[in-house]
Amino acid sequence: MKDNEIKKSLFKYVKDMHAMENDPRSAKLTIHGNKVISGNSVKGLTVESDEKEQGVDIKLELADNTKIEKPVLLCFGVIPENGIQKINLDVVIGKNSEISLKAHCVFPNAVDVQHIMNAEITLRDNAKYKYFERHIHSPEGGINVIPKAAINIGKNAVFSTEFELIEGRVGNMDIEYITYVDDYGTADMSARVAGSENDKLKISETSFLKGKYSKAALTTKIAVRDKAKADVYNKIVAEGDYSRGHVDCKEIIKDIAEANAVPIVGVKNSTAHVTHEASIGSVDKKQLETLMARGLSEENASDLIIRGMLSQT
Amino acid sequence: MALLEVKNLNLELNGKKILNNLNFEIWKGYVHAIMGTNGAGKSTLANTIMGLSGYENISGDILFKGKSLKTKTISERARDGITLGWQEPARYEGLKIEDFLNASAKRKNTEELKKALSTVGIKPEDHLNRAVDKTLSGGERKKIELASILLMEPEIAFLDEPDSGIDIESISRIFEVVKILKEKGTTVVFITHSLAVLSRADHAFLMCKGQIVDKGDRQKIKNYFKEECIECEIKDPEVKKEEKRTDER
Repeated sequence: MKDNEIKKSLFKYVKDMHAMENDPRSAKLTIHGNKVISGNSVKGLTVESDEKEQGVDIKLELADNTKIEKPVLLCFGVIPENGIQKINLDVVIGKNSEISLKAHCVFPNAVDVQHIMNAEITLRDNAKYKYFERHIHSPEGGINVIPKAAINIGKNAVFSTEFELIEGRVGNMDIEYITYVDDYGTADMSARVAGSENDKLKISETSFLKGKYSKAALTTKIAVRDKAKADVYNKIVAEGDYSRGHVDCKEIIKDIAEANAVPIVGVKNSTAHVTHEASIGSVDKKQLETLMARGLSEENASDLIIRGMLSQT
Repeated sequence: MALLEVKNLNLELNGKKILNNLNFEIWKGYVHAIMGTNGAGKSTLANTIMGLSGYENISGDILFKGKSLKTKTISERARDGITLGWQEPARYEGLKIEDFLNASAKRKNTEELKKALSTVGIKPEDHLNRAVDKTLSGGERKKIELASILLMEPEIAFLDEPDSGIDIESISRIFEVVKILKEKGTTVVFITHSLAVLSRADHAFLMCKGQIVDKGDRQKIKNYFKEECIECEIKDPEVKKEEKRTDER
């Protein structure tokens, strides 16, 4: 496929990217398989990419005291049925700087596709980094998604990430994010995933609250049906003075699906406080029966409730 | 013809008889009240008529427009025109009010949804995009549930304790909505122990220990309730009557 055809195929699923394609004020990067298709940057933001045989190395660096007004748009994907994408991401956000990224990972025809991402993210003091990642998968479920990230959050820096996979089949997914939070820093990680048929998903999110008054919130919302299986491991370890953490995991299961939640909360400082809540079960009976009493079928009522839960950020 | 007929209805829950050989008819076009103290079986009766899970194992029958509801699911009963407003409406994490209302609406357009919200005293511009979740007060959820019933345009609506969790100012609004429902052709049945709610009904039934012990105009039932039930609370009204007669002798 030619680059233009690939872009057209990818952007069909990414409206933002399509709309902003020719806007020089918006930084963008499009990678198909292990090939960089297009990209541009804006003042203060350095984006370097290096195509290698085994994947693409990307370095994204935001200078100190820089605020990027428009979200940086990232589009990663594999259009054919088969393929491998491996991205090594190295991100450094300078002191007092602020950036928001919107990533779309598009695998609409995947039968045998691997999407592997290894990220190292550093937020210098007072930096703000907001990352939204939406996955669009094929209905076949022939995909392995393996994103790993290690994130260092500086003093008073704010890291927030939101992962969403609610269109198409999950396939096999294994997410692993680890954050280390310094004084007054914040880590806010959330994931929303819907699995079906024989999908397998594993989400492992960890926050080490190293600094005083550091904070973390780990929120996971999962819906699985058919024979799908979900395992969620959320862990917060509070070491810093007056550090605070909260783990929230909600999983809805239908049919013969299986869901497991393993929240681990550890406190190594008497002034710190960490809480957790987890619920796994079928759709709430009262919610379901209310909608059925308005005329919805059980199936439609249950879908509406699950869509609502997964749409919540 | 009666819109809804309850015939020899019995229901046991955990080995205890909750509905005890009930027989009554709900006539179309009226606002009815099923009155009774706590534990009389009022909510159980409404849940049984709606066909909620746990309330299916009945003997006797419930006929809606002459046809038995016994084998019908909740959804089928709702599509026939029966609905229920819960005493404490459900909360839905993330489900937008707009989507919640659309699920019920006979006519699915935003203007209709906005109109229904305004009617129940909720500002559409502030609420359509909010979720039906814990950020709403109990009173707001109650009003939103009522808006969903307005939009559904049912033939019969059972409203379980319609004034519970509602501030005094909003209660008159709730009764205005009931008036609109009636004007649109919905038969309303209050499930209540409140004399204020009873005063808005055209006709009432008095329920005690799973039985209908009296029926008639609201004043008659109000007098009976005030004189007998509030004092009696858990005693069987028939026993109470007998005690009174004995005292008079």
